[in-house]
Amino acid sequence: MRIVLTSALTGLAVGPAVLAGPALAAELAVAIEIPRLDVSEYHRPYVAAWLEGPGGAVTNLAVWYEQAKRDGEGTKWLKDMRTWWRKSGRDLAMPVDGVSGATKAPGTHRLAFAGDAKPTAGLAPGAYTLVVEAAREVGGREVVRVPFAWPPTAPAGGQARGEAELGTVSLDLKP
Amino acid sequence: MSRPARRPARFLACLVAATALATPALAHRLWMLPSATVLSGGDQWVTVDAAVSNDLFYFEHQPLRLDGLVATGPDGEPVPVENQSRGRYRSTFDVHLTKPGTYRFGVSTNALFGSYKVDGEPKRFRAMNGQAPAIPETATEVRLTQAQNRLETFVTSGKPSDAVLRTTGKGLELVPTTHPNSLNADEEARFALTLDGQPAANVEVEIVPGGNRYRQKLGDMSVRTDAEGRFTVKWPAAGMYWLSAEVTDDKATMPNAKRRASYTTTLEVLPP
Repeated sequence: MRIVLTSALTGLAVGPAVLAGPALAAELAVAIEIPRLDVSEYHRPYVAAWLEGPGGAVTNLAVWYEQAKRDGEGTKWLKDMRTWWRKSGRDLAMPVDGVSGATKAPGTHRLAFAGDAKPTAGLAPGAYTLVVEAAREVGGREVVRVPFAWPPTAPAGGQARGEAELGTVSLDLKP
Repeated sequence: MSRPARRPARFLACLVAATALATPALAHRLWMLPSATVLSGGDQWVTVDAAVSNDLFYFEHQPLRLDGLVATGPDGEPVPVENQSRGRYRSTFDVHLTKPGTYRFGVSTNALFGSYKVDGEPKRFRAMNGQAPAIPETATEVRLTQAQNRLETFVTSGKPSDAVLRTTGKGLELVPTTHPNSLNADEEARFALTLDGQPAANVEVEIVPGGNRYRQKLGDMSVRTDAEGRFTVKWPAAGMYWLSAEVTDDKATMPNAKRRASYTTTLEVLPP
């Protein structure tokens, strides 16, 4: 289950660890900042967020694109998120329930995933990278990466900052 | 005197313009350039430019003759080519990508050309696609070359597929291990060449990045196939690349001719 919060992450219920072990109970939260840009023609970026795990396995967290356009015209530009398209997007039939959503306005957008539900419930232990890619019509493209270990044994996190199309991308993990 | 003087010039122009594929030994490069190689969203179109030029990929010299152009869809069946036209410097055509998968656009030629002398006077000739040339019985110093040439490029709508990558077993062909529409600047690409369906060992493959109009050096790379015909390409950067190889041997299917088999493709390498 994905919970989108527009402000701070609060009050997330975390399941009891005794039932399913620490990996299942762990919580993963992502904050993605879409910068406000001073450009003459602005379109909200397409954004994909995913986890790359051991062996390159991809777990999609979110794909924001123009879903509302008629005849699915918005899917024409999904390939502009080139890294995501090659690693996962081209294998998917959009929209993907629980993953795809509409494009977002500038600001910080938060995603939280409880460990006992998809997609984090299925994550094998190992070294992972949170990858966020943004591609903007008549603008640029940027990929930001935050490495982490799963499952967390203590509260952990990390962040990285994009230079143009993405602001701060941060990750918070709770055992 | 103008007539004899003009003939060779006209012949050369003819070689380049009309049968450019038959003469890869000339310095000019033959290419096709798709408007996109990786597409999403289903039901898309691509436009392909095709030309013969020195600089890549600028249409500046001659249009590529598209006789024998075949567009093949993801199921291996031909798909329609639309809006085909030939301009002064480039040819162009469109293909409607109605199904997901990988499409191939290719021009193959099988030509015989050469020279001979009649009464000491040198003559040249060419014959396309299996036709026999009319060489007088009194001809001497007959030199025949059979040119088997394959020029192709690939585009993919949605998920890449492999049906169009099957080889025919004729001439020089590319066998991609890395899918030609899944090339990335931070990954090596692995391919092989086959000649008449067999591994083409020890063949030099020339790779030239596009955009050389705006840089000092050509920036070309040369790799050689191994004993199994395999070769690996490490891309210096993202961009469009021209890849070409040629083999000369005595395995012509036409009598008394040498054989020159060439393979040329355009590949797009995307940024990581």
